[in-house]
Amino acid sequence: MSSALEIRGIRKCFGKSDNTVEVLKRIDIDVAPGEFLILVGPSGCGKSTLLNIIAGLEDPTEGSIAIGDHNVLGVPPAQRDIAMVFQSYALYPTMSVAENIGFALEIRKVPKAERQARIAEVAAMLQIEHLLDRRPSQLSGGQRQRVAMGRALARKPQLFLFDEPLSNLDAKLRVEMRAEIKRLHQLSGITSVYVTHDQVEAMTLGSRIAVMKGGVLQQLGTPDEIYNRPANTYVATFIGSPTMNLIEGRICTTGAAAHFAIAGAQLALSSPENSGKTTLLGLRPEHIRLSDKAIWRGVVNLVEPTGADTYVVVETPAGKVTVRTAPQLQVRPGDTVGLEIQADHVTWFDQASGMRL
Amino acid sequence: MSTKFFSPSSVWRALLYITLIVGVVFFLAPLYVMVVTSLKDADEIREHSLVSLPGMLNFDAWRLAWDSACTGAQCSGLEPFFWNSVWMAVPAVLISTAWGALNGYVLSLWKFCGSETLFALLLFGVFMPFQVVLLPMSQVLGWLGLSSSIAGLILVHLLAGLPSTTLFFRNYYAGIPKDLMNAARMDGAGFWMIFFRIIVPMSTPIVMVTLIWQFTQIWNDFLFGVAFSGADSKPITVGLNNLANTTSSVKAYNVDMAAALIAGLPTMLVYVVAGRYFVRGLTAGAVKG
Repeated sequence: MSSALEIRGIRKCFGKSDNTVEVLKRIDIDVAPGEFLILVGPSGCGKSTLLNIIAGLEDPTEGSIAIGDHNVLGVPPAQRDIAMVFQSYALYPTMSVAENIGFALEIRKVPKAERQARIAEVAAMLQIEHLLDRRPSQLSGGQRQRVAMGRALARKPQLFLFDEPLSNLDAKLRVEMRAEIKRLHQLSGITSVYVTHDQVEAMTLGSRIAVMKGGVLQQLGTPDEIYNRPANTYVATFIGSPTMNLIEGRICTTGAAAHFAIAGAQLALSSPENSGKTTLLGLRPEHIRLSDKAIWRGVVNLVEPTGADTYVVVETPAGKVTVRTAPQLQVRPGDTVGLEIQADHVTWFDQASGMRL
Repeated sequence: MSTKFFSPSSVWRALLYITLIVGVVFFLAPLYVMVVTSLKDADEIREHSLVSLPGMLNFDAWRLAWDSACTGAQCSGLEPFFWNSVWMAVPAVLISTAWGALNGYVLSLWKFCGSETLFALLLFGVFMPFQVVLLPMSQVLGWLGLSSSIAGLILVHLLAGLPSTTLFFRNYYAGIPKDLMNAARMDGAGFWMIFFRIIVPMSTPIVMVTLIWQFTQIWNDFLFGVAFSGADSKPITVGLNNLANTTSSVKAYNVDMAAALIAGLPTMLVYVVAGRYFVRGLTAGAVKG
């Protein structure tokens, strides 16, 4: 088996023939067995539609989906050997927790003894044994989330689908459940596809991330690739918090030496584009240091301590630049500072297309 | 203490209570007159005022109204009409409620091409005056061989009630989250499995509303009863009308009142038993997981 999930040329259009909106524009993704794929993007980027197409809850306009080497187009959701965790949990309100977890097995005519063993096993895995007799309305948000995952786990599916499962939880619980999902994935090894708009969830959970925007796959790669080698300015600014600084400038060659000319300074950097073309320099906040000796200077605009780090926003002639500094550093708004770039960590983008050079 | 008693808020409160009490008296007065009159004998009615209490509890009028008052030529009280109404109302209420639940389930959770149009057409049935359908309906009952029978009345009430019951269930089910349906589909449940295992158990409040609504409509109906019933299938409303209109030398007000109370008791009983669900069901919105 080469891939657990194969998404081939998926297009999806909504609306009548003369007034269609194309929400997915030819998406191709291969997911290897055991992988944890994240679909991330702003709302309306088509990520949930793609998940629904994988689940069989919606049909694609064009393209094919294969799960475990079987083409599943036209196969109803129940027969795709998949399980899904919904954003609203979607627990059956009149059934107990145990009945919720066992419902799919009951429909599949799994014998009662085996069913109960499976419910007990899942409950132990999720530490919800004491809740089995309760109704969903008697549970807290985090407990409902666990039951929803238990319902999916009990099926032992080939593929797990998560539709923004953590977005209804408060911040502390979200971090807790994020770790729980990661633990369960490592424990079960079941291939998973996870939709989120939260880039932190994407980075922490995914073994690979698919960044989407406007129905187009912007980049597909490991969290490391996405973060350090973003394919375009959209990915660069979407992933990472605070976001990547983009500085506009021009490469100037004087004799053998090249430098990058930006408004108010000339940086000793060489870019892959050696003409006099305007390019964008991408700089993560952690790859800039405050240094008195640097020639690129600006005025501190804002100081944001977060505890572990302090982010300093510096107003320079070339625009605002966010810099990550150690919390011990004493800077105040109004101070004039110099910015020193770690030249081996810069990313270059074409100004017109936004693509990485 | 006296200052507190005369504070503006307590004056308003007193006014509020006086208004409410006047309202209660106004609306309960007819019922009071009916009850006390039904417990008096003819002499008492003649000699005392309308609102005076009976000298002693006398249930003769009730007995007469139940099994021996004359309704036209026949003198067997309301009893046969009462049972006609029961045999008519119970199946009609149960079937129209169950059918409405199924309609509502399809129209809100299994939308198909044209389902909204179908629902809009169904809504006509809610607002249509029933007099419009009397003639065509009587024709249809004739073709079906159901004229002048209880079965015919059941069919008429079933069809007349279906738009309302569908509307109730459709609006209630519209609040069910789409994810719940998707989860059930992923779990492998089909149309009927989802209906019986997930949707119906969630429907108690709206079932109560529909049962009360339909029972009241059907039990209190006079128009269909008088138009489509035969000699031995007349419902209690028609029986009451005949009883009150059967003239004898002296108008037996006590018997008329007892008969009216007998005709009205079942619906009142239903409200007392299930009334708390009525308000709850009407105000219940989306079903929370």
